[in-house]
Amino acid sequence: MKKEMDFFDKPKNIRLLKILFYISLALTVIVDFFITRTYIHFPWENIPGFYALFGLVACILIVVLAKTLGHQWLMRKEDYYD
Amino acid sequence: MIDWLPPGLIFIFGALFIPLVKGRIRQAYILLLPVLAGLSLLNMPDGNGCYLNLLGYELILARVDKLSMVFGYVFVVMAFIGFIYSIHLKKSGQHVAAALYIGSALGVTFAGDFITLFIFWEIMALSSTYLIWARKTKASHNAGFRYLLVHLLGGLSLLVGIIMYVAETGSTAFNLMELSGPAAYLILIGFLLNAAVPPFSAWLSDAYPEATVTGAVFLSAFTTKTAVYVLIRAFPGAEILIWLGAIMAFYGVIFAVLANDIRRLLAYHIISQVGYMVAGVGIGTALALNGTAAHAFSHILYKGLLFMGAGAVLYMTGKSKLTELGGLYKTMPITLTLYMIGGLSISAFPLFSGFVSKSMIVTAAAEEHLTIVWVLLSVSSAGTFLHTGLKLPYFTFFAKDSGIRVKEPPVNMLIAMAIAAFLCILIGVYPSVLYNLLPFAASYLPYTAEHVVWTLQILLFTALGFFMLLKYLGGESYITIDTDWFYRKGARAFMWFISNPMAQLGARLNKIAFDIIPSFLMRASKNPAAFMKIASDTVLLRFSGPGKKAQIERRIQREKEIYPGDIIKHSPIGSTVLWITLFLLAYLLVYYL
Repeated sequence: MKKEMDFFDKPKNIRLLKILFYISLALTVIVDFFITRTYIHFPWENIPGFYALFGLVACILIVVLAKTLGHQWLMRKEDYYD
Repeated sequence: MIDWLPPGLIFIFGALFIPLVKGRIRQAYILLLPVLAGLSLLNMPDGNGCYLNLLGYELILARVDKLSMVFGYVFVVMAFIGFIYSIHLKKSGQHVAAALYIGSALGVTFAGDFITLFIFWEIMALSSTYLIWARKTKASHNAGFRYLLVHLLGGLSLLVGIIMYVAETGSTAFNLMELSGPAAYLILIGFLLNAAVPPFSAWLSDAYPEATVTGAVFLSAFTTKTAVYVLIRAFPGAEILIWLGAIMAFYGVIFAVLANDIRRLLAYHIISQVGYMVAGVGIGTALALNGTAAHAFSHILYKGLLFMGAGAVLYMTGKSKLTELGGLYKTMPITLTLYMIGGLSISAFPLFSGFVSKSMIVTAAAEEHLTIVWVLLSVSSAGTFLHTGLKLPYFTFFAKDSGIRVKEPPVNMLIAMAIAAFLCILIGVYPSVLYNLLPFAASYLPYTAEHVVWTLQILLFTALGFFMLLKYLGGESYITIDTDWFYRKGARAFMWFISNPMAQLGARLNKIAFDIIPSFLMRASKNPAAFMKIASDTVLLRFSGPGKKAQIERRIQREKEIYPGDIIKHSPIGSTVLWITLFLLAYLLVYYL
């Protein structure tokens, strides 16, 4: 039998992926200091790295808002309609 | 030799012969339909064609311009991919339903008049319902009925709107419309319902996850996108659509957080993605409309791919809940890879299709200085990656090992996914393939340094947020109420109302009509004169002074005691003799005169 894949079960690989991930995070922000902006729609686009913050805040906002709405109001047991 | 036929008719008439052929021949025949339709598309001349006459109205079955063609192309391509994905199905039912569904969607796309549009619109609702019912579970049976009823209601709104519109204008032509007056609004509601704009959106997230594995792939492509097409055609620049679309994009993302079923999560992201398109129609500039058409095009391919990937998981494991899945990458790496191409496309990663199409709409919002709309759309972009690109694949293919070991899906499914994945990357890498098809004159360059860098910043830091919040993000074994609550619980409340208060009222009325009133009349007819006397005395009692009251009360009591009494005793004989004499006299007179 073919050996099943286990790449993501090895802590060594996960550590490698984490390092690569952090490097790419840093790169996207660092590069932002050097690119030439051809056209600006909003004033905050002049701030290097603004969209990194935007992405992080947006992500947390969505999760917190949705989970709050869900637990306070929208979620029901799976047999709710039966 | 005929060069072309309306592609919708090829599918619809082609569907009729599917049950007649078997085995390999049937498989070849089914795949031939989109090929023929594609060839037909290439040969269709610009302008209106294929006229029919129905009860004095002229039907236009082929209105060919760049706008209808771009939707026509992607519908035919998706039909081909979807048929490959479902070619292993032995029974013909779903193949016939899918062909009718695709054909009617194409019929709507090329309809030049409202009557043609409406006929195909209704075929679309009916044939797509079968793709839900064909799963043959109780849940799919019920969800299919709800789906059908909601769509028939939307169709009714559309029909009434069309009738009013035709009566007002005297023309059945389906063109640009002014959004004023009840006719236009009724038509708009019919369109918005099919586009799954909240509050008319719950049918989608309710029914699509209950459809068959292959049926959901077709469903994800056609209904909402024909609605986007008719919105571009009829209501470009209608301001209300900007706001509906932006809210819709955000709403889909929020509800997707709470979904546990993987196909329900994807269904909420259809609503979210169509939100971008609806907003694009509302913005109405050439760039926004091109962006809407382009995004519909790439959306059909990547959403089809995502539904195929989720469908493959369901098909192989029999499970579709995040809480029951996990660790599948070990045995389904190809499915995972192909799914991720769809996930990166919907998330608008550079080099994938969403990047070159979604950004057109978002940029159009920025150019019109619609800041709030722009923020809603951009936050929703982060949310899209969060769920479709991270949460769903993470908890399905990685996370905890659910112990499930299944093989890759059948090869036809993998081929279908591979074609869709290839097209997603092709569009992302060579956007001009798509841009050359767009209907309006607007140039757009997706690959500028700032666009690539900023997009990567948003996406990668969303990923950072995902891993920070990982422990809160797993699926939860709950369902979420949506606007379908009103008709699902509403119907139950209605039934309770019928069987409790209404039934009691019915029983009461029954008793009054068939028990109390007849017995009252029977009692009264035993001695009408005495009965009237009691009645008049009772009335008298009401209006008499206190002195007389006791006397009248006594009299009523006595009268009641002896009621009905001896009738003859109270009837004087003299009067009877008088009556007889009178009748005899009358008789004599009649006889002699």
